[in-house]
Amino acid sequence: MDILSNLALGFQTAATSLNLGYCLIGVFLGTLIGVLPGLGPVATIAMLLPATFGLPPVTSLIMLSGIYYGAQYGGSTTAILINLPGESSSVITALDGYAMARKGRAGVALATAAIGSFFAGTVATLLLALAAPPLAQVALKFGPPEYFSLMVLGLSASVVLAHGSLLRALGMIVLGLLLGVVGTDANSAVQRFTFNIPELADGIGFVTVAMGLFGVGEIIRNLENECDRSVFVSKVSSLMPSREDWKRMVGPILRGTALGSALGILPGGGAMLSSFAAYSVEKKISRRSWEFGKGAIEGVAAPESANNAGAQTSFIPMLTLGIPSNPVMALMIGALIIQGIQPGPAVMTQQPALFWGLIVSMWIGNFFLILLNLPLVGMWAKILTIPYHILFPGIMVFCAIGVFSLNNTSFDVYLMALFGVLGYVFAKLKCEPAPMLLGFILGPMMEENLRRSLTLSRGDPLIFLRSPISVTMLIIALLALLLVLLPSFRKTREEAFVDED
Amino acid sequence: MRLSVRDPADFWSGLLFLACALAFLWIGRNYDFGSPLRMGPSFFPVVLSVVLATIGLAALVRSFVVVGEPIGGFTVKGLLLVTLGTLLFALLIERAGVVVAVSAITLVSAYASVKFTWKQGITMALLLSAFCALVFVYGLGVPMPILGSWFVD
Repeated sequence: MDILSNLALGFQTAATSLNLGYCLIGVFLGTLIGVLPGLGPVATIAMLLPATFGLPPVTSLIMLSGIYYGAQYGGSTTAILINLPGESSSVITALDGYAMARKGRAGVALATAAIGSFFAGTVATLLLALAAPPLAQVALKFGPPEYFSLMVLGLSASVVLAHGSLLRALGMIVLGLLLGVVGTDANSAVQRFTFNIPELADGIGFVTVAMGLFGVGEIIRNLENECDRSVFVSKVSSLMPSREDWKRMVGPILRGTALGSALGILPGGGAMLSSFAAYSVEKKISRRSWEFGKGAIEGVAAPESANNAGAQTSFIPMLTLGIPSNPVMALMIGALIIQGIQPGPAVMTQQPALFWGLIVSMWIGNFFLILLNLPLVGMWAKILTIPYHILFPGIMVFCAIGVFSLNNTSFDVYLMALFGVLGYVFAKLKCEPAPMLLGFILGPMMEENLRRSLTLSRGDPLIFLRSPISVTMLIIALLALLLVLLPSFRKTREEAFVDED
Repeated sequence: MRLSVRDPADFWSGLLFLACALAFLWIGRNYDFGSPLRMGPSFFPVVLSVVLATIGLAALVRSFVVVGEPIGGFTVKGLLLVTLGTLLFALLIERAGVVVAVSAITLVSAYASVKFTWKQGITMALLLSAFCALVFVYGLGVPMPILGSWFVD
């Protein structure tokens, strides 16, 4: 079968000592930043992007994606041991994971999270290998109108799935699209909104924006209420779940994996939404729903499987369509472009080694993560004791140097400071920065595809309704937005995020 | 009934959106709009600005109608010091070099924490500047001077 030879090619690529080494570095760093609260994968990947310039494309992608899914593993450790989410996607794990830890079952909770994540990671990797080629085939037939409608669909889905106010999420997207327009117009070579600053001629750097919003802005927010962290369990013993535990975790892991895989593909979905949704599903269908929040193993197994599955399937739209579904994927696209590879459906046929090598590396990475996390949990627990006031100045330094080294200009560092302030203001106004970042990366692509479509149709906007694929996507986008306005759906949507604070 | 802001988050984000939209319209007022057939450089931004302004207005109106949560206090100290540290780094990196710039951003931002002590701050600054000089300048070859133009002719 075709897929077997493809996977073989993937193994050949991923199993070189260079790629294995960088995969290990990636998942190690991912676990590390996952464990440390206040430093997320977006800021970390943005910081390390310049360091990957010199690597071969596949190696650089393998390492960067390792950071993303590695962070999902690390985040659960923090959630279980100190009741603080290391990652936003583990917020929900803290509820039952920490309760289990207090009952002396921290080891079992950690093992459950790791087993669930590994299983979900394996399934999601397979799914990626199976679903990506046919999707890319379809995408190859896409013309400018289809791409434009696809992006409209993606952006409206990210509004629906964002939490908080819809209106403000919409505003953030449009603001992001507008900021994406800054720079030289591709068609007329007019410098738009650049204030004649030469550094802005190529547009605002995506990494600079991401680092400002998610790195600096987050630090300022964390300084608002510094609280003491105390590790509840200094020694974790008895990792092995009992027979009863195994029985109870099978269902949640399966359902979590399925739900996470599905939600991960959606724009704006990814790891966080998956874990929230999986938790509320389990709580609804469980016969022991009263136990949730008091140390139910289902409450650890389901969200942890879901967030890992979601993290992995969110690569599908990025790899097949060249469209990011979340900020991390947008950074991956940035990494591809830096390496001189145009993201899109052609990547699979033109760079099969890169595509399949990356997929296989994810499975290998998941295996590394099990090895890294369970036996070494004591070490991670130690790292947790590093207080935030020691940590954040270091993060500041790495952000600043990372941004500086992008183009070796201090202008980008000034810009990062500006976006840091903006990031904090947005956080205070409860405006999600993620939709803005999506808009920012899609802005230039949308403009280009809109322009091409309208040129094709001689200025007739009805071209978007003539192609069946395009019109279907627009209808789904419209339905999604209308759905949100329904009171009953609104309530469910709010419920899904209710346990967050 | 008195007219008052009931949802400050909506109010301020509405204002922010509106201000951004107007700024984009104003700055881009001289770019060519073109036509749908031949979109000029300002076609897309103008359309977006109008949409953003509408959203901003809607949020403003809503802020007087629907009750929302208060915004909560700003951490002025954290905001100012972290921003100042970043700006100092940008200012100093080429002129004074890695050691001074890294020490500046470390000390200034660390000072924002309530748990700051000078002993820890100075230790961190020394360790971080040594680390950055070794790893980024010597190791990764980022073109930053160890000591900048202020110290070396």
